Order: sequence, then C-alpha cells, then structure tokens
Amino acid sequence: MTGTEFGLALSVFLACAVEAVEALTIVLAVGFTRGWRSTFIGVGAATALLVATTAALGPALTALPLSVLRVLVGGLLLIFGLQWLRKAILRAAGLKALHDEVAAYESERAAAREAGTTASRFDAYSFTIAFKGVFLEGLEVVFIVLTFGANQHHIALAAAAAAAAVLVVIAAGLIVHAPLARVPENAMKFGVGVMLTSFGMFWGAEGAGARWPGGDGALLAIIPLTLGFALALVAAVRRRTAVDRGQATAPDEDRSTEAVRA
Amino acid sequence: MNRIAALLRFIWDFVVGDDWRIAAGVVVALGATALVADTHPGAWWILPLTVAALLALSVFTAARGR
Repeated sequence: MTGTEFGLALSVFLACAVEAVEALTIVLAVGFTRGWRSTFIGVGAATALLVATTAALGPALTALPLSVLRVLVGGLLLIFGLQWLRKAILRAAGLKALHDEVAAYESERAAAREAGTTASRFDAYSFTIAFKGVFLEGLEVVFIVLTFGANQHHIALAAAAAAAAVLVVIAAGLIVHAPLARVPENAMKFGVGVMLTSFGMFWGAEGAGARWPGGDGALLAIIPLTLGFALALVAAVRRRTAVDRGQATAPDEDRSTEAVRA
Repeated sequence: MNRIAALLRFIWDFVVGDDWRIAAGVVVALGATALVADTHPGAWWILPLTVAALLALSVFTAARGR
C-alpha cells in the first residue's frame, strides 16, 4: 500500500467512524425506546440506498478525464474539508459546543416517547428516524468514498475502509449497549478536516495544471503544514477570545473596585 | 414546488455548508490556478495561500459572532 493509499484509507475510516457514531446514537435511541423491527428495516433501507448510490456514481466518476476529475474532486474535498476543519477549530477553541452523544441520545429518546404508539407491526416513526439518521450521516461518507476512491481509482479500498469503520463502531455499540460517548469525536473531525483539505489542495492544483515541487512527496509537507496552521488558528482564536472577554469584564471590575472604595 | 425548494436547500446546505465564502473562494482559487498554470506550471502556491486566508477569515468571523 502506498502512502497516498494509506492516507485515503485512513481519511475514509476516520470520517466514516465519526458519522457512524452519530448514526448509532440515533438508531440505539429509537430501537431501545420503540422496538427494533422497524428500526432495523429503516437502517437496512438506508444502507441499501447508500450502497446503490456508491455503485451508480462510482463508475460515472471514474469515466471522467483525470484532469477534470481532479479539479472536481479537489474542489469538493477542499470545500468539505474546510467546513469540517472550521467547525473542529471552533469546537477546539471552546466557541462551539462539542457534540454530546449522551445528550443527543436522551433528546432522541424523549422525541421517540412523545411520538405516540402504533397498533401496526410496522412503526413508521422508527423506520423514518432510523432511515434519515443513517442516510444523512452516510451521505457524507459516500461522497468522501467516491471522491477519494475515484481519484485514486481505488473505490474498493475506500469502500472497504468505510465498511471497516462501520463494523468497528457497531461492534463497540454492541459491547457497551449505549451511545459511544467516549469517542474523541472532535479530534477525529479535526483529523478528517486536515486530510480532506490537504488532498483537496493537492489534487485541485494538479487538476488545474499546476505541478507540485516533489510530485506526490509534496503531500508529506502539505498535511503537517495544514495541521500546524489549523492548530495555530485554535491558539489564536483562544487568545483573541480571552482578550475580548478580559476587555468585556474590565469595566465591571473597575465598577466593583469603585464600589469597594466607596 | 416546496419539495423542490427543500431539495435545493438540502443540496446547498450539504455542499456549501455554513459559510458560502469558502465555496466561492475555492472556486475562484481553482480558476486562478488554471489561468496562471497555463503559462507557469509552478502555480501550486495559489491554493495553499487562498485556503489559509479563507480558513482564517471564516474562523475569525465566526469567533467574532459568538
């Protein structure tokens, strides 16, 4: 396995694991609250649709000329990667709440209880929530599998990495019988954001006709530099926020000092 | 009509996300790279510079609003 293929597999694995953890929370909440039959049908239907989407779009993407594919894939990976990275930076800097799987689980359970019961064996609520949860979380993974896989002509490797991540998350869910609250989701999202952004820059520039110094080896510099820049932004935002909060509280401190003096 | 609008809204949210300037900046940067690379293949630096500027701009704008 080459370094680029390893990067591809790692990025897809991490992205898929994060999304699978979030989907698992929804499925467990609905399943434990309302029953498993319709929930599993919803999960199965969403999974089948995701697999069909991958199978249908994969060959269409790989049929594109390489330069067109690289510009398209590079651009989309950059847009996606920068959005992931932006949110992860804001979370790491304390400006955006971390995704709380336990809170999400309790909120889904409360909604499932309030939705009322059904006399039929088929519970439309459980089916719809499980289907939507798995399909919407999975759609982003399908996109990453397709873009990474098509560009490297390794859709099978990308799909295998995604499947491995799903299996690991399901196994962990079966073992703990609860949402996976201890998974370091933001660190994983940070990593995925760095990888998507780095590969997006590399392929986007190559597709547009530019040549990187060192060829594929340039990725060995792009990935750590992107990570370093993102970490520097976290530190800068934290510093800036601390200064702003200090200035916001300073007049109060003055007033309290004056009050003490009076 | 409502369903079409909802679908378009979903696609916009899915692809463009919270900050449309990132998507717009990436498209412009790719176009600029293609234009410059036509005569100078060493135009690789345009994307990293743009990405750094876009990310910093987007993060600090979001930070100011919180």
